[in-house]
Amino acid sequence: MGLTRDEVAKVSLLARLRFSDEELDTLTTQMGQVVEYIRQLEEVDTESVQPMAHVADIHNVLVDDVPRPSLDREDALANAPKRDDECYRVPAVLGD
Amino acid sequence: MSVLEFTATELLAELTVGNVSATELTRVYLAQIEQNDEAIGAFLNVDAERALTQAKAIDQRRQAGEQLGLLAGLPVAVKDVLCTKGWTTTCGSRMLEQFVPPYDATVINKLKAADAVLIGKTNMDEFAMGGSTENSAFKKTHNPWGLDRTPGGSSGGAAACVAASMAPLSVGTDTGGSIRQPAAFCGVTGMKPTYGRVSRYGLVAFASSFDQAGPLAMAAEDVALLLEAIAGHDPVDSTSANVPTPSYTASVREPIKGLRLGVAREHFGDGLDGGVDSAVREAIKVFESQGAIVREVSLPHSKYAIATYYIIAPCEASSNLARYDGVHYGYRTDEKEMLAELAEERKTLEEAGDRAKLEAMDTSLVRMYRKTRSEAFGPEVKRRVMLGSYALSAGYYDAYYLKALKVRRLIREDYDAAFKDVDLIIGPTTATPAFKLGEMNEDPLSMYLQDLYTVSANLAGIAAISLPCGITGEGLPVGLQLQAAPFEEEKLLRAAHMFQQATDWHTKRPR
Amino acid sequence: MSDKPYEIIIGLEVHVQLQTQSKLFCRCSTMFGQAPNTQTCPVCIGMPGALPVMNRRAFELGLKTAVALNLDIPKFTKWDRKNYFYPDLPKGYQISQFDLPMSQNGWLDISDPKGGFEPKRVRITRAHLEDDAGKSMHDEAAGKSDSRIDLNRTGTPLLEIVSEPDLRSPQEAKAYLTELRLLLTYLGVSDCNMQEGSLRVDGNLNLHINTPEGQVATPIAEVKNMNSFRAVERAMAYEAERQYEVWCENKIKLGDSPGGHKTTRGWDDGRQVTVKQREKEESSDYRYFPDPDLLPVIVKPDEVEQVRAELGELPAAMRTRLETTHGIDPYDSDVIVNQGRELVAYYEELATSTRDGRRASNWVQQDVLRTLNEQETSISEFSISATALAELLKSIQAGDVDNTRAKDVFDEMVRSGMSAGDAMAALGIEKVDESEAEGLCRELLEANPKVVEDLKAGKTKAVGSLIGQAKKRNPNVNPGQFKDMCLKIVEGM
Repeated sequence: MGLTRDEVAKVSLLARLRFSDEELDTLTTQMGQVVEYIRQLEEVDTESVQPMAHVADIHNVLVDDVPRPSLDREDALANAPKRDDECYRVPAVLGD
Repeated sequence: MSVLEFTATELLAELTVGNVSATELTRVYLAQIEQNDEAIGAFLNVDAERALTQAKAIDQRRQAGEQLGLLAGLPVAVKDVLCTKGWTTTCGSRMLEQFVPPYDATVINKLKAADAVLIGKTNMDEFAMGGSTENSAFKKTHNPWGLDRTPGGSSGGAAACVAASMAPLSVGTDTGGSIRQPAAFCGVTGMKPTYGRVSRYGLVAFASSFDQAGPLAMAAEDVALLLEAIAGHDPVDSTSANVPTPSYTASVREPIKGLRLGVAREHFGDGLDGGVDSAVREAIKVFESQGAIVREVSLPHSKYAIATYYIIAPCEASSNLARYDGVHYGYRTDEKEMLAELAEERKTLEEAGDRAKLEAMDTSLVRMYRKTRSEAFGPEVKRRVMLGSYALSAGYYDAYYLKALKVRRLIREDYDAAFKDVDLIIGPTTATPAFKLGEMNEDPLSMYLQDLYTVSANLAGIAAISLPCGITGEGLPVGLQLQAAPFEEEKLLRAAHMFQQATDWHTKRPR
Repeated sequence: MSDKPYEIIIGLEVHVQLQTQSKLFCRCSTMFGQAPNTQTCPVCIGMPGALPVMNRRAFELGLKTAVALNLDIPKFTKWDRKNYFYPDLPKGYQISQFDLPMSQNGWLDISDPKGGFEPKRVRITRAHLEDDAGKSMHDEAAGKSDSRIDLNRTGTPLLEIVSEPDLRSPQEAKAYLTELRLLLTYLGVSDCNMQEGSLRVDGNLNLHINTPEGQVATPIAEVKNMNSFRAVERAMAYEAERQYEVWCENKIKLGDSPGGHKTTRGWDDGRQVTVKQREKEESSDYRYFPDPDLLPVIVKPDEVEQVRAELGELPAAMRTRLETTHGIDPYDSDVIVNQGRELVAYYEELATSTRDGRRASNWVQQDVLRTLNEQETSISEFSISATALAELLKSIQAGDVDNTRAKDVFDEMVRSGMSAGDAMAALGIEKVDESEAEGLCRELLEANPKVVEDLKAGKTKAVGSLIGQAKKRNPNVNPGQFKDMCLKIVEGM
């Protein structure tokens, strides 16, 4: 069960990327190789093993609810590729 | 003897007694950059004026008798993945070519508080993804030991600038080996601290549960100095460890009596370069001659480390890099062109009467995202984002991501068991010395396999250091890796310093 | 209760903004209505390198709500990333909770004192914390095809409360929401202001239709954009009818392919219809995974007990107590409790000091609430204290003033701020001396022999015409007292 070109194309929409047909072919091969390689994990017995999402054994990191100053709007918007005086601007958000 | 041959620790002494000023020192390094960096390409951004202004201010404060910080006037280079307020931070990506952060990373704040002079921002693989710095969108970095060689990566610029004496201290980041492998390739000393030791706030994330900033320098003493400056609990990084920071500079010169070194068979497998192998075995003998006890340890799951890493890291990366969508900062595709392209597609499909494809066509917003990201990310970043998105997508989560998290625990448990018997695990940092530029371009998987000896430390969250331990027949440096249990950086530094007292590999410079 | 050949199945997802001063993962203010993009920082803009830190207060408010909704609190809870692209979601993912939410398996009881439906226990699947998105505004004024993005709201703490599909009618859905909002208000965890978006509702609805072949389920629709509880009620009613019509036409069942999958629809309040929303095939693949930037939270059982102990009395318990302590009906306890803790306190003070829970209830429901409505004010700002009103009710009990005139006294108290006694004096109300009342009574009976005759014949209503005449002669005459006296005199004749 290898990775198919169709799957790769679908994932490219999920990831909001876009590839030419040629790129898709290369990517399917390359991703296929990596997927094949990582499937060696199947041989590890993990039956009674808890997943480890964090290496640090820390929990309950919570801070007090005390507001602090925000960025000046100008600083917040300074890096925006498209903006007006108040807001970021994007192509119309449809289907809302 | 030129100041360029001094270690940072020695330079600090010179600065303190007034034999040299921060301004003079900064000028020396700026001149060195001016002279060498065209050939090396370690820096993406050098701001001489900014550096000299900082240096002058530090000199003035010293003259006024003010108490100065730990790094009091030492130039420090910073990998371009750490946010610097008002100073472009690109992560080696077109996406952030114009990005000027409105805030400083905690590491930068700490460097400033320690009175370091920020001399420049160093080149890196795009978003720290890669092992040769060839994935930088802006330039290639050449290994000072052989300009046709890679300096390693992703902190290639960070290692190369120290090797080429363009900065005495340098901050890199290490997600799967990105400090240690370039340190090994460039013949410098570099440490990946324990996960949580150094704040990640302002370190642009690649894989959040692995990323860790750390020092690169000429000697273990210097690494101790820089680590002491940047380490510490940070309340704005939830994953930062709330543990005291030892004075590494105070302890680094204390030898470890009866040092117990573990050698893992898994670190001496097929593919290990002969030159590297013999250099590492020699290094072990040096420790033995200093009274170290060497015993074998087993890391049975380390052979799964790369597979585990190349599931979890891309998954995290695919999510971490979702924010680069051309809306709030960074690159955005040309909208007019994009809209014209969409109109053209629509027309073609309408003429062909292809209703299904018409229905499925991207909205202008979706197309804006897709074009923006496809144009501004390089191939390796796209590959990893794709891999991660795939592994997390419906139906694959358990088989890939969850499975990898479980194996990750087994890898950590191997270390926990090993560190019951030994203080440090010793072995090669990389299987080979620096490879040639362009050598791995077409083969991502072989590039991934480069991380064989380094990724385990990131998976387990432990501390590790790479230090020079030899030079191969081809004249390339070899890296020795020491690994320690979490928060045992002192052991790493003391052992590395012991070694550097007995050998002079760390003083070798490329010609 | 329905003559329709189907049963309506509704489950509700409610998002409430928790009342914190700062956002869930950064310390920007959560204040509503500020100028766009003035309450943001690197964390909530999702700038490269910025990291989240959890707001303790938000977690505590979530916990409090969860305990009040009878949800189980697992020892271990964690945060996950829900990945999707949207311009008002600057990180490219929402921080939410997927497989290990902070609470699960609870319930909320609902009932209708008017008897519209049988009391029922609505099961609650889970309540979890997540961060809010910003706002996208379509810029029509500028006539451009652009949307404008304001990130002030981004990162505001939300509690998502998901019910099981236990609701069987739009009325039940509305009752659930009303009771939920009341509980949240009692807890002080949210202001539940739908206009400001601090309470948002999505409804999942389908039908179980009885057919000769057995029961079939229609495809589920998730209805969004409902801006009031009334809108929810109407949208649910509309959607039920629509689904039935569609089913009669195409007979597509839940799970059929094509057409049997869940769809998203938006409520159009102007047209009073639900409208299908555009959807993408991949839109539901959120690629959840544990957020590596945030650590788990461990809640100890004694912490949960502590929260439970500090909850205070909740609406359901309060209604029951008012009914048993003050002898009022469920309908009345419902009205009073639904007005909130402060009104309940007011009522209780009044009921206790007058020892007449029913009279107190009537006055609170009619006169007090009417006045609060007229003045557009709340009970905490009401000019007549419970003690002052109690004085008036005691005068009624003592027969010093009749109920009708007492309303005038009340209005005078509202108008002038006088005490009950002063207001009565100002209106010239004083108790009519017993001998004076008797004299008036005899006088009028003598002048109206027909009435006397009727009374003797047992037609006690006849006394009414005399009361009118007596009131004209002396407005302070107490009708009840006067009636009793007339009957007594006639009896002795």
